[in-house]
Formats: sequence, structure tokens, C-alpha cells
Amino acid sequence: MVKVHFRGSEIETPGKMTVRELMKSLGLNPQSVLAVVDGNLVSNETRLSDQGEIKLISVISGG
Amino acid sequence: MGVHRCRKCAAQSVIYMPQHRLALCAEHFLAWVEKSTLDFIAKHHMFEPLDRVLVAVSGGKDSLSLWRILLKSGFQADGLYIDLGIDAGGAYSKRSGEYVRKFWRTFAPESQLHVLDLASLYGKTVPEMAGRRAGGRKKLCSICGLVKRHEMNRVARELGYQVMVTGHNLDDEAAVLFGNTLRWDVEYLLRQAPVLPAEESGLAGKAKPLARFYERETAAYAIVSNIDYIEDECPFSKGATSLRHKEVLNSMENGSPGTKLQFYHSFLRARKKGIFPGYERPVLQACPKCAQATGIPGLCAFCRLTTDAEKSIGEEIL
Repeated sequence: MVKVHFRGSEIETPGKMTVRELMKSLGLNPQSVLAVVDGNLVSNETRLSDQGEIKLISVISGG
Repeated sequence: MGVHRCRKCAAQSVIYMPQHRLALCAEHFLAWVEKSTLDFIAKHHMFEPLDRVLVAVSGGKDSLSLWRILLKSGFQADGLYIDLGIDAGGAYSKRSGEYVRKFWRTFAPESQLHVLDLASLYGKTVPEMAGRRAGGRKKLCSICGLVKRHEMNRVARELGYQVMVTGHNLDDEAAVLFGNTLRWDVEYLLRQAPVLPAEESGLAGKAKPLARFYERETAAYAIVSNIDYIEDECPFSKGATSLRHKEVLNSMENGSPGTKLQFYHSFLRARKKGIFPGYERPVLQACPKCAQATGIPGLCAFCRLTTDAEKSIGEEIL
């Protein structure tokens, strides 16, 4: 399972997928979110390791 | 699809920008953003290398990234943070100010940071100012914009900065353009530009050096640069029209990369060619109280809002 941190909450999801696939499974638009693993920015094509952790950061701001 | 390789060095990329068909590693992404910013500044004649530049910083990714880029590029760039007094149960302004100060200590210790506290200067925070008017959150956002524009302009002029810069990105600009186009608001459409020169009527020069980057690129720049910024949105921005416009545009962008870029740049080209010929901008006059430009006779909107304010400019160098 992959541990996903997003907007202050934490969820677990089956691993063995790319960042883009993870975003899609969560209903997130890849234009609106960036992914960070171990403090480093990773591209949306990066394949997640099972039992890993990832932080998704919303990039939309303003009002 | 495998991981894209950096176009410059073939290392593993950290970002792929489909609208440019460009993948870059961390090092080359930073270099690309910085060079592109300098090119954009030069292309639009925003300011010169020896000009004093005032960066309006909010604690967010865009403005702090902009300050970082300008300092790395050798510009004399100082920061201005306006404490709007937004709390909403989460001490939003207080936390935003802490991110600004942390950035200043880490990346800009030789620059000046000017901090304006609205409550100290005018006796009211932005929510308190808005509380005196009907209109709810929409009114608050409009008053917040009015206050920020007035105070940034005032500080830039009084402290002798050649230009005031903000961290607006292409998504911000495209969302505003989208809204103005839906309403065919000609006055606002003609006023939207990456650079607005100083005017004798009392307006300082303004520029938006990051207006060529998508929002995810400015966020990526902040992350790769280890800039700690406030990720939360303003608590009063929830449900804002501009955010809905951003979602619509991002939805189109996802299906057709480059949509936002084309929308904004096509507008700039049309504007340059003279879109809406024959339209005349309202004549600006000086407010009798603050001397800033206003399109209406008598006190400007800011002075009408703060009629009980008699305090002079506050400048605190931290």
C-alpha cells in the first residue's frame, strides 16, 4: 500500500502505479497537483513503490 | 509511458511541461525558469538591472519564488508584506507573515523587508473593513484587492522604487482574462497586461515577471528551491469565481495542452494590435486626500473606505 498525504489528510491506496494514475484514481487534475516523495519533486510518470509515501500538493491559489 | 528524461542532460526529470514538450531535471528546471523570467522581463521592458524593485510578497509560492529569482539574478529587490489581519480561526495572515520572514532570513538577509500592519495603520483589518459593508465574501475579496493595490502603490512611490512586481502567474492571468471575456468587460480587458508603466497621475509602475509560467511551474520552482511557503489558500477564497475559472481552464488544458498559454498570449498579441479601437480609457485624477489616481471625482475608493484613518505611512524594517 502507498500512503498518500493530501490537504492535511492521509489515505492508503494500492501501490504499483504511476503518480499520474494515482492522481487520476483520486479524481485530481494533474494540472492542479504536484507530487513530492522524500522531499523531492517527482514527475507524474514516476512509478510508486509499494509501501512508499507520497505527498500531493495542490498548486492552485488565489481567490 | 516511461519517465521523461531531462532534455538538457538526460537525467531523470522532475517535471514534464506538455505545452512546451519539455522535461527537465531539478537543476535544469531552475535554470530554465530563471532564464525565462529574465527574457520575459527584457521582452516587456519591465525594469532595468539597476532599478530598485519592490516585490509584493504574500508568503505563497509565487511571490516568494519571484523574490528568489530576482535576487539570484542580481536585482536590488526588496519585499513588502501587508498584514491584512485575516484570521478566520486559522491565523492565516499571521502564519503567512511567518513564512515571509523565514524566507527573508534564509534567502534575502541583505534585502529590506517592509511590513505594513493594516490594523495598526488604519485601525481595521480587511475583514473588519468588509464587515462595515454589505456583500459578504465577494465584498471582502474586492476590498482586499483594493487595499493591497492602494498600499503597494503608496509604498512603492513613497520609498522611491522604480517598479512594483507581483507574483501573478499565467493561470492567474488566464482566469482573470476568462472572467473579463465572459463579461466583455472592455475596461478591464484593456488594463490587463504583464507590465503597466508608471503614470504621472500617481500610479507606480507595475510588472508581473512570472506571467508566462503555469501555476504548477511556480509551485515546482518553490519546492525544488526548498522555499517553505504557505500551501493553504486564503480561507475567504473558497468557492471564489476565479478558482472555478481556473478549474475550467485546467480541465481544458488537460485534454489539450497549451490551451491556457495560447489563450493568454493570443490576447496579448491582439491587445498590442489595438483590440477594441475607439475605446477611450476614463480620465484619471488625483484623490484630494492621498493623491493616488482615481477615476471618480472626490475621494478615491480606498480613502472612502478608511475615512477615519489619519495615520501616516508605517514602515518597519525588520
